[in-house]
Amino acid sequence: MLNLVRASMAALLCAALASSPFALAQELTGTLKKIKDSGTITLGHRESSIPFSYYDDKQQVVGYSHELALKIVEAIKQELKMPNLQVKLNPVTSQTRIPLMQNGTIDLECGSTTNNSERQKQVAFSNSIFQIGTRLLVRKDSTIKDFADLKGRNVVTTAGTTSERLIRKMNEAQNMGMSVISAKDHGDAFLMLESGRAAAFMMDDALLYGEIAKARKPGDWVVVGKPQSFEAYGCMMRKDDPQFKKVVDAALANLMKSGEINKIYAKWFTSPVPPKGLNLNFPMSEELQALFKNPNDKAFE
Amino acid sequence: MNYNWNWSVFFREVPSGGATYVDWLLSGLGWTLAVAISAWLIAFVLGSVLGVLRTLPSRFLSGIATTYVEVFRNIPLLVQLFIWFYVVPELLPREIGDAIKQMDPTTSQFMTAFIALGLFTAARVCEQVRAGIESLARGQKNAGLALGLTLGQTYRHVLLPMAFRVIIPPLTSEFLNIFKNSAVALTIGLLELTAQSRQISEYTAQTFEAFIAATVLYLIVTMIVMLAMRHLEKRVRVPGYIGAN
Repeated sequence: MLNLVRASMAALLCAALASSPFALAQELTGTLKKIKDSGTITLGHRESSIPFSYYDDKQQVVGYSHELALKIVEAIKQELKMPNLQVKLNPVTSQTRIPLMQNGTIDLECGSTTNNSERQKQVAFSNSIFQIGTRLLVRKDSTIKDFADLKGRNVVTTAGTTSERLIRKMNEAQNMGMSVISAKDHGDAFLMLESGRAAAFMMDDALLYGEIAKARKPGDWVVVGKPQSFEAYGCMMRKDDPQFKKVVDAALANLMKSGEINKIYAKWFTSPVPPKGLNLNFPMSEELQALFKNPNDKAFE
Repeated sequence: MNYNWNWSVFFREVPSGGATYVDWLLSGLGWTLAVAISAWLIAFVLGSVLGVLRTLPSRFLSGIATTYVEVFRNIPLLVQLFIWFYVVPELLPREIGDAIKQMDPTTSQFMTAFIALGLFTAARVCEQVRAGIESLARGQKNAGLALGLTLGQTYRHVLLPMAFRVIIPPLTSEFLNIFKNSAVALTIGLLELTAQSRQISEYTAQTFEAFIAATVLYLIVTMIVMLAMRHLEKRVRVPGYIGAN
């Protein structure tokens, strides 16, 4: 009899535990478990992706994406009830970010990483945080006003980017006779443009505005041309980790739906930003407004 | 680590069409070989001349060579490359500078890379040639002069033939270095082997495959160079002298 009572009580207890949402939430797996066990989260950040994630003049990591990453960390602290969670910062480049994510060096990377189907085979992406178009940076007095004016000119772009693929394809498809230079990074590409080796620099529009903000004479430069493609930036996480993705996505969706994202956007894109205190004057596009109304993690390609 | 390996990626067509990623790797290898070999020609010829100058009795001539070595050996290669690419065209008269900048980008990247790399390595070759000459017993030079040879003939027939044999092993290292150092050309946009593997890793997100392939190609090239140099060393050895065993 006693045994029977005990058994039924145990069964009840099990049933109660199983049906309780708390019991399930405690079963941490993947990145959340790693964070809980180690007491630290490591954020990957960029060194010169202005205004997304970069070093300011005091060598502190700042930027739009970095601020979003810190908001996500706040949400993780709440979720795990760990107010003293340590945050470690680890610089990444476009070459290192995916391997470092996969081998567990970094847990979350918010920078200027495009969400595309090739990368989805290796890593996962959060709700998109930004949307860019690929356009041209030229000298203000240049005769180049759009992509058609590039015929026979030297055009620089950054190696390994969507812009590079598009401009090479366009060159072949339309027989434009351009010489396409692939620079190592955005800074080098701008140097080629500034020194006159190239007549135009094709890249993500937001990054072009960032280069203007860094330039010696920002007034000399202007972004022109009809966008040739659109891309969605997302925060990058390890693949097949639904628990962590849920927390990250929810944190971003909250920022977007509460309208807090508008303030963060304004801070980085329509107000003066470090290091030179220049205003990028990059108003929010309709596409981005639509994204913020309806947060999603869709890639463009 | 949950990496998604996919070696077949190399046989996929590149996004701009008309080629596969293997073609990119091979074209990268081609540029690497072209830069390294043409740089080596400059380095070997100029380095040998400078090395001889450094051992000459003339203060003036050896001073020129010493200055060259100190300048080119003490400035990092990357900085030298940037100076040649970005600074020198600005210092030239405007028309010439503009002409250089408007040249076909690949040509100007290639020329800058092999000249910069060649001049840098020449300083190192110079030091080895000097060391080779100085390692010979003084009696050899004196004997040559005593036989009535001029100083030039002594170098040509007595000193250099031995000195070059002595320095084959360090020269091999320099020759290998030039292949590896040629990767700096990617910083000015030349799509050599390292640049192409970075490119492939960016386009496909298959980082490890891309860099492993590049590593293997570099290894194959350097192995071939090593074997060839070892063969050369055997062919030209002088029995009973350094390195003859």
